[in-house]
Amino acid sequence: MPSLKDLRNRIASVKATQKITKAMQMVAAAKLRRAQEAAEAARPYAERMGAVLANLAEAFEGRDDAPKLMSGTGSDQVHLLVVATAERGLCGGFNTNIAKLAREKARSLIAAGKTVKIICVGKKGFDALKRELGQHVIKTIDLRSVKNVGFVNADEIGKEVLSMFADGEFDVCTLFYSTFRSVIAQEPTAKQLIPASFETDETEDRSGAQPVYEYEPDEAEILEDLLPRNISVQIFRALLENAASEQGARMSAMDNATRNAGDMIDKLTINYNRRRQAQITTELIEIISGAEAL
Amino acid sequence: MAELFQFELVSPERQLLSEQVAEVVVPGAEGEFGVLKDHSLFMSSIAPGILKVRNDGDSWTEYFVRGGFADVSGGRLTVLAEQAVPVAEISREQLDLAIKNAEEDAADAKDDMTRQKADRTLRRLKDVAEALKQV
Repeated sequence: MPSLKDLRNRIASVKATQKITKAMQMVAAAKLRRAQEAAEAARPYAERMGAVLANLAEAFEGRDDAPKLMSGTGSDQVHLLVVATAERGLCGGFNTNIAKLAREKARSLIAAGKTVKIICVGKKGFDALKRELGQHVIKTIDLRSVKNVGFVNADEIGKEVLSMFADGEFDVCTLFYSTFRSVIAQEPTAKQLIPASFETDETEDRSGAQPVYEYEPDEAEILEDLLPRNISVQIFRALLENAASEQGARMSAMDNATRNAGDMIDKLTINYNRRRQAQITTELIEIISGAEAL
Repeated sequence: MAELFQFELVSPERQLLSEQVAEVVVPGAEGEFGVLKDHSLFMSSIAPGILKVRNDGDSWTEYFVRGGFADVSGGRLTVLAEQAVPVAEISREQLDLAIKNAEEDAADAKDDMTRQKADRTLRRLKDVAEALKQV
């Protein structure tokens, strides 16, 4: 049975926790806005890039001389999973969900007899994966010192992946991150980077005569120039989506925590008041019965 | 009065410019080219250099661009550049860093093709540095 003093301490401690979660929620809300703006500002580039590449890729469909980054190595024995997560916890299921998706994929690949290699971007992803898949992790990239993710950071990761591909260290590369839908909904996503896949815009009318494009230098060279760049752009986009998702997830997690703390304080306060009342009653009865006995 | 067309300059981090312009001169990989209204469909990768934009009138605005491509389609010009900075804002250090990187690229190039490409990049960057010094 906790004493009155214990209850009082308990209430004070929950109140302190509530203050912290409330502050974290506010900070996440402010950061979310910035992250969302950054994600939106990056969108036109990625979209234009995708459209142009899809256009170019169509011309190369089924041709033998298509670049390897697009057609693949012809095998799918070795898979590289790039798992992008946050550097910090306390953001609800954000890190867990991405890790879960990656773990399921890795499991099914291993079960199918493929080799799996993992690059973790962000410390939390590594923490979540190391117990089961620790021996598959070949590299972790730490972005903790980076305050705002810039294109340079994504480009570094992209170059790393490309040089590994050039050395024939893997055949298929998949990127795991979380797509930002809204503050309350973030969707863990797996996206295949190599061989490149393009969503072609079906709504566009392609039945008419295709206009003749002029290329300088020729198509093949442009495509070869663009494909590696596209990898970095995709990673950059994933990192920005992740940043926005992380803040969104943290915001709603902290909102929940604040509310839970509030409920708990209410409950504890009622309990405390009731106990105090009971104690006063007991004391009164003692005094009265003592006085009556005289 | 010159006829205007839509021009967009986009870098991965943000959209720098989206406006009606009269003429744009782009540093293409195989030489500079100018774009006016009703240019034919055209796509080119760009070399590091100065991109010039003329709004209605005679004054030019200059941007330093590096890596990317230009796309003329649907009556508009889109330049996607890995790096795009207004010339007024560019700092010597950034350019020096780019030159240093290019020098390293040229030094570790494995075959002739890549070395030539790196050399070309390096030359372009030095030209830009030269041009900026005079300003």
